[in-house]
Amino acid sequence: MDYHSPASFAEASALAAKATGTTRFLAGGTDVLVQLRSDIVTPDTLIDIKKIGGVRDITRNADGSWTIGVAVTGAEMSEHPELGREWPGLVEAMDLIGSTQVQGRATLTGNLCNASPAADAVPAMVAAEVTISVTGPDGVREVPVEQIPTAPGRTSLAKGEVVSAVNVPARGANGGDAYLRFIPRTEMDIAVVGCGVNLRLDGETITEARVSLGAVAPTVLLVEDCAKAILGTTLDEAALDALAAAASAACNPINDKRGTIEFRTEVAGVLAKRAARIAYARAKGEKA
Amino acid sequence: MSKIHVSTTVNGDAVDYLCDPRETLLDCLRDRLNLTGAKEGCGTGDCGACSVTVDGRLVCSCLMLGVEAEGKKIETVEGMADGDVLHPLQKKFIEHAALQCGICTPGVLVAAKALLEKNPDPTEEETRYWLAGNLCRCTGYDKIIRAVMDTAAEMREAS
Amino acid sequence: MALDDRKSEFKFVGTRPDRPDGLDKVTGRAKFGADAHAPGMLHGAILRSPHAHARIVRIDTSRAEALKDVKAVVTRADFSDKVAFKPGLKGEFWNVLENVMAGEKALYDGHAVAAVAATSALAARDALKLIEVEYEVLPHVTDVDKAMQPDAPVIREGAADYSVPEGMHPNVVRYHESGHGDVEAGFAEADLVIEDHFVTEATHQGYIEPHACLATLGNDGKGELWCCTQGHWIVQKTCAALLGIETSQLRVTASEIGGGFGGKTTVFIEPVALALSRKANRPVKLVMSRSEVFRATGPTASASMDVRIGMKKDGTITAAQGVFRLQGGAFPGAPGDMTAMCAFAPYHLTNVRQVGYDVMTNRPKQAAYRAPGAPMGAFAVESVIDELCNKLGLDPIDVRLKNAAHEGTKASYGPRYERIGLVETLEAAKAHPHYSAPLKPGQGRGISCGFWFNHGGETSVSLALSEDGSAQVMVGTPDIGGSRASMALMAAEVLGIPYENIRVTVADTATLGYNDVSHGSRVTYASGLATIKAARNAVEKLCERAAAKWGIPVDAVKWENGCAVPSGPNAGDFDPMPLAEITASMGRTGGPISGHFEATPEGAGVSFGTHIVDAEVDRETGRTTITRYTVIQDAGKAIHPAYVEGQYQGGAAQGIGWALNEEYIYGEDGRLQNSIFLDYRIPVASDLPMIDTVIVEVPNPGHPFGVRGVGETGIVPPLAAIANAVSNAAGLRMRQLPMSPPRVLAALKGNG
Repeated sequence: MDYHSPASFAEASALAAKATGTTRFLAGGTDVLVQLRSDIVTPDTLIDIKKIGGVRDITRNADGSWTIGVAVTGAEMSEHPELGREWPGLVEAMDLIGSTQVQGRATLTGNLCNASPAADAVPAMVAAEVTISVTGPDGVREVPVEQIPTAPGRTSLAKGEVVSAVNVPARGANGGDAYLRFIPRTEMDIAVVGCGVNLRLDGETITEARVSLGAVAPTVLLVEDCAKAILGTTLDEAALDALAAAASAACNPINDKRGTIEFRTEVAGVLAKRAARIAYARAKGEKA
Repeated sequence: MSKIHVSTTVNGDAVDYLCDPRETLLDCLRDRLNLTGAKEGCGTGDCGACSVTVDGRLVCSCLMLGVEAEGKKIETVEGMADGDVLHPLQKKFIEHAALQCGICTPGVLVAAKALLEKNPDPTEEETRYWLAGNLCRCTGYDKIIRAVMDTAAEMREAS
Repeated sequence: MALDDRKSEFKFVGTRPDRPDGLDKVTGRAKFGADAHAPGMLHGAILRSPHAHARIVRIDTSRAEALKDVKAVVTRADFSDKVAFKPGLKGEFWNVLENVMAGEKALYDGHAVAAVAATSALAARDALKLIEVEYEVLPHVTDVDKAMQPDAPVIREGAADYSVPEGMHPNVVRYHESGHGDVEAGFAEADLVIEDHFVTEATHQGYIEPHACLATLGNDGKGELWCCTQGHWIVQKTCAALLGIETSQLRVTASEIGGGFGGKTTVFIEPVALALSRKANRPVKLVMSRSEVFRATGPTASASMDVRIGMKKDGTITAAQGVFRLQGGAFPGAPGDMTAMCAFAPYHLTNVRQVGYDVMTNRPKQAAYRAPGAPMGAFAVESVIDELCNKLGLDPIDVRLKNAAHEGTKASYGPRYERIGLVETLEAAKAHPHYSAPLKPGQGRGISCGFWFNHGGETSVSLALSEDGSAQVMVGTPDIGGSRASMALMAAEVLGIPYENIRVTVADTATLGYNDVSHGSRVTYASGLATIKAARNAVEKLCERAAAKWGIPVDAVKWENGCAVPSGPNAGDFDPMPLAEITASMGRTGGPISGHFEATPEGAGVSFGTHIVDAEVDRETGRTTITRYTVIQDAGKAIHPAYVEGQYQGGAAQGIGWALNEEYIYGEDGRLQNSIFLDYRIPVASDLPMIDTVIVEVPNPGHPFGVRGVGETGIVPPLAAIANAVSNAAGLRMRQLPMSPPRVLAALKGNG
């Protein structure tokens, strides 16, 4: 295995473009090292992107949007004084990944590029309409998060392409997000079901909604029927029931060691309701 | 396969080692530097027995490559005591019988120290969640949590 | 009587001093299995079968052997049943060898088939990839009930012993039946009879330290082995047999041990490391990965059980019967007999019958796990009792008190009990504030009793006094949870010198006589008894020296507070002679003073516990939270109460894991699906509440200070107590473990 630590994304991209065999980018390494250690994936080329300038920065842009460096850890996101006030769901989703120790290393970008359907940060990013900047041989392109994973363990990134930034939209007024996952224990598990909700209100009424589900299909789902179920409502019981039904209907899960089809389908609805309530309260400015 | 030269600081000492790029920081601490206080319980970041701090940040040393330590400041359980004066957590762990077999203890201590530096007055729930990545199979955690809470109280009084 | 109400007749016993090895263990200095290093050391790695059941047609190691970094490759051909001078290994040694390195067949996913030693751990791992194994995949079975069906694949013909009735499948390898009275007549007397079926999954001991060893074996047949084990003499004996060398030529040193719980009572990698070392003529270190620990070391057995109990309206049990089927992997050894014998042991029964089966499947060889076999049976029996109490409107503690075994009861498994403490634990449970605390909506409370035999076992202890009056104690039972402290306390009690002046060492196999493994809750009992007797032996010699100096008969001298004193006014008027004064001149008064004791103590008192647990069930997700937990257990006498509490808490925590989330999950292909801690879900700190403990002390007449073992009983009640709490919270009976959220939610939705 060859180890590289380039000083720019262009250099990283060029290294990846000319590499043969398996290439992996190393950010937090919490997935890459596990795969290496278990002989699941031993890269021929490992490109550590942490020595590139700015990758550890969380920046608020002039328009209120955020740029999060690709090596920013979960711990750094949680500790940021403002990011979590605006995007609590996104920050909490990241914070749910692994232990305190894992939080010291794990990144949004790694969580996305590992392309697990059960990744916690991805549904939250999808709900928040996060995009990523991708640097490749032909320059930089911006891609919505939901277009990155294509199947378990696979992404739409081409050879020579490397994620170079995470772009979080401006929160704007009367908005709120939330992410909940179900795990059997209280910590240290992979999501059996995850659900992200991002809302905007006009008064009591929901005017914008994005609902995402994790671990219930080969990739994270952005479920339009869930959004429809609550748009224009005040999140009354009927809307919540419709939301739960739409979430369950959208599921296309598998039976595996972490949960059954029936369980995931049922709990997706339960979590959608619970997350929506939290996001709604946050959008109203309540503490939740 | 050629090895990579790494210069880093461990418990305040400047150290150098050569390592294969596949070796973890834990491998390097244990096999290259003979610092066997950090343990490998899982190799997948799920047990916390290999906990160390890197530039003050708590991490699993099994989830970091040895080559990534270049230029960093690493602290391990071996550096916790100040000479022959134990860290208050070390004293309290003995006093509270907060260890049985002791294999998880180095990782728990390093993690608990990081907690108290960040939050000198943690609740029981905060302590339990902070330490959720440190598996202990012997104690049921009861005496560990009590020892950490008691240390925190004592350190608050002392400061 | 609860601990704090008793006035102690002891000076040291019952206090809570710092453990002698505390400093080493909080500074990272303590050397565990993987922490050893030897000059010229190689690193070993083991190739394991990916198949649950397969004939090994061919192994080609030539490409691995051709690597420059590789110094040895071994297969089964390098062990003693294949070498000329020790053919025909038999019995359990053969089973262990077959498990340590596969012979004609790979019998489970993870079964070792070859091993290499190379100049680095990475080189060894790389070399494994070059070993070619041709397998002929065979049909497999991993489920206990399926393994007993007529069409089940046969794991190994001829493995059954004499106890198995004719007509059973060859996978049934041992059969146990016991009991007394007439159960059918008993059931006829009952007002209500409940019969139910229960299932538990295999769980792993989950010690945080993977197996590790450092082996050196020369072709002169002399060897050195460092390893993490619960008992190094059994390692010595077994490795010697498997390698075809003399037992005494192999010196085994036990490292500090990072948890065992029964799982480190046998060998896995140690004989392989020795074989590699012999072949490479260099020291070889072998350390398991976590995945290897899960795939190839002993989990506990899984169980399928049918229990039938009859009860009168007043709560009297009229009859009890149980059938317990346990699979223990691809070898004999599942503790179906233990499950059967322990299941009804807490109760005074007129009519009881129990049957246990030991069944082989294509899984790793089971190993002991804390009261092996007992928790499963208790789960089934105590669940049925709980259901009977619910149906008859009776208090579950009152019913257990009404039927509780006591001194003189003929135990369900045969003998009559001596003084036991079950009733005391039940009374303490009833009086505990936990039992009367109000429950919140959605919560349920469960209680359960549990029993374990406890064990004595072969034991040797030596105690040597130093000139300055300090003492060193050599024990042979690895310190797995603070036993150096309890040994030092007992020695201090007898010698009358301060606890701090005693150093307890876990001796290696070359420096002490044989010692059985640290298992069976035997250490504080048996090594403790031996320590007391070795100390008394030394005291006799101390008294002899004082008597000689004073010129009086030795029976006119007694030992008090660390001094020889005249036994009465008629013995003479001499000032007390402190221990240090006697030892200071011992070289001139007859030579070094030591105390020894070797025996197989038979008086390990059985022990009982009662647990109270509150559980809250999320009815929308099936998720269970343990909100309160209390362990009440008879310790006989708590030598170091803090470590007794630790045993109670640890047993409860492991039981919580077993009850709620831990399980071996096999795919259709017979491969283990969850061989990492991420997916084998042991409880984490945030999963658990504080675990309250009550130490009941009903002294064991078989120990000088009244000690009963405390290590194992604590894992017997939790499965049932938690199942009862969850069942009472959910309003339906949970009959299968673990009570994972999908299973509970399915039950709540009526699909369970």
